[in-house]
Amino acid sequence: MSTPILKLDRVSKAFGGIHALRQISFALEEGQIVALIGPNGAGKTTLVNLITGVHRASGGRIAFRGTDVTRQRPFQAARRGLTRTFQIVQPFPRMSVLENVAAGALFGGGHAGMDEAMAAAREQLEFTGLSDLADRPASALTLAARKRLELAKSLAMKPHLLMLDEVNAGLNSSEIDGALALIRSIARRGITILVIEHVMKVIFSLADRVLVLHHGELIADGVPSDIAGQQRVIEAYLGQKFARRIARAETNG
Amino acid sequence: MISRRWPYFLFAIWILALGSTPLWAGNYVVRLAITIAMFTGLTLSWNFIGGFTGYPSFSTAAFFGLGSYVGALAQRAGMPMVFAWALATLLVGLFAAALGGILLRLRGHYFAIGSIGVVEVVRLLIASWGSFTGGGDGLNVPFVAGGPDVVARIFLAAMVGIMVAVFATTVGVDRSRLGFGLRCIQQNEDAADMVGINTTIYKIAAYTLSALFCGTIGAAYASWTGYIDPNESFSILMTIKVPVMCLLGGSGTIFGPVIGAAAFTLLEEFFWANFLDYNRAILGAVIVVLIFFLPGGLLRMPYRGLGTRIGRPWVQPKAAA
Repeated sequence: MSTPILKLDRVSKAFGGIHALRQISFALEEGQIVALIGPNGAGKTTLVNLITGVHRASGGRIAFRGTDVTRQRPFQAARRGLTRTFQIVQPFPRMSVLENVAAGALFGGGHAGMDEAMAAAREQLEFTGLSDLADRPASALTLAARKRLELAKSLAMKPHLLMLDEVNAGLNSSEIDGALALIRSIARRGITILVIEHVMKVIFSLADRVLVLHHGELIADGVPSDIAGQQRVIEAYLGQKFARRIARAETNG
Repeated sequence: MISRRWPYFLFAIWILALGSTPLWAGNYVVRLAITIAMFTGLTLSWNFIGGFTGYPSFSTAAFFGLGSYVGALAQRAGMPMVFAWALATLLVGLFAAALGGILLRLRGHYFAIGSIGVVEVVRLLIASWGSFTGGGDGLNVPFVAGGPDVVARIFLAAMVGIMVAVFATTVGVDRSRLGFGLRCIQQNEDAADMVGINTTIYKIAAYTLSALFCGTIGAAYASWTGYIDPNESFSILMTIKVPVMCLLGGSGTIFGPVIGAAAFTLLEEFFWANFLDYNRAILGAVIVVLIFFLPGGLLRMPYRGLGTRIGRPWVQPKAAA
């Protein structure tokens, strides 16, 4: 079996006396789309922050493509191809959309010159459907477009693993469908994806595998249909009503 | 493409105007030209950290004062003037690089306070180390040979030369990877980190760039005036005036600091000459009004939308095919 693209070994994080994450271990295989779910405050974003070096783990080990990255800083994660989008979008507000993406291409994607980075950025804008907005300042975009901008910026960094922190939160149903199509086409490029999500439609139509986080502990890990039936997951997160609906959908075919 | 080039032509004319003052004006105007060139150099320097990077530094006087002392001491030890200036540049740059590693961990107001503290600490050190620096008595610097006219011409050439050097550095940085990275930091430092910018190194580079030429200018100033003391070299007024000039012109742009330094120096001169008693008060009021009504600086005033992007040619990506 090949080396997993990302491997967490008993990773913990405490903020003072609060244990945000306890002994989390899992490994991601290259090319998977994995969903990370759990109630608010379960530690999902903290986990992404540990993986990208925003916070440093209190214990345990994180390896990315076989390299120990437990103590890396965010810019190093970006250069390694370990990129993420933010739940609260983080653009460079007074730069154009094109420049925002070019920043990703230039610094994270390792493009040598400005022109090359601009060209790479245009490509990603094309891919994410933002070409028409290329010259607008990032602050002028709608929320849905800003989330796409985050995606385009991350893609310009040539990721091996892309972590999407609630890219669908706050979007309407048709915008979500658009985002789903986009995530699928990113996966087709061979990029491993970890999605943090509350929207069940996204998880069950997209993920190969689901990790469930609750009170800082990993309580379930498996394919979506199995997860939906597990008692602990139902109690912690899905609720009885939703579990019944899933079960009905399964029996109906 | 004319719209992108005309500011450079105007700047070239401005350099000629300043540089040619001895040919068409008296000593007062030449002295004013030297002062303008000097403050333009300082303001362009501040723009690296305060404008591009968005870190409100008040360290200018520390770098300037340190440069003047290094230059003066080196010249007194027998070093030729230009070498003394080079040494001052180098040492002040090293000082800023070392200091930046510590100070740039602070952000916003905290950085501002820390950077202003540097001025006081260096001033106190120089003032109390009397055996080496002359302490409160100050230092005499060997005079440049020749009459007042010759001296004025030499220092005019030196200050204008330094100003052009800082300007050229600014243009270079603005078009480079470094400049782009600094702008990213200015707009959102966390996001800059996340796109792969080593923000620590970039900030230290900006802080060092903001210091280098202040060192040169300080040393040149010491040689020009022939006498320095701690209070004048490490003046709090200077450390505040320079950022104000930059804001007045338009910080983070290429030409803003040039316009701001010239406008401020001329205004100051005008008020000083015409309202001897109240000149500081009037000047203060003018600054408040200008900053209040022109938060983007003179350069960013909506002159039919033209002025906005003058300083940043590469920011205008004409939607190509």
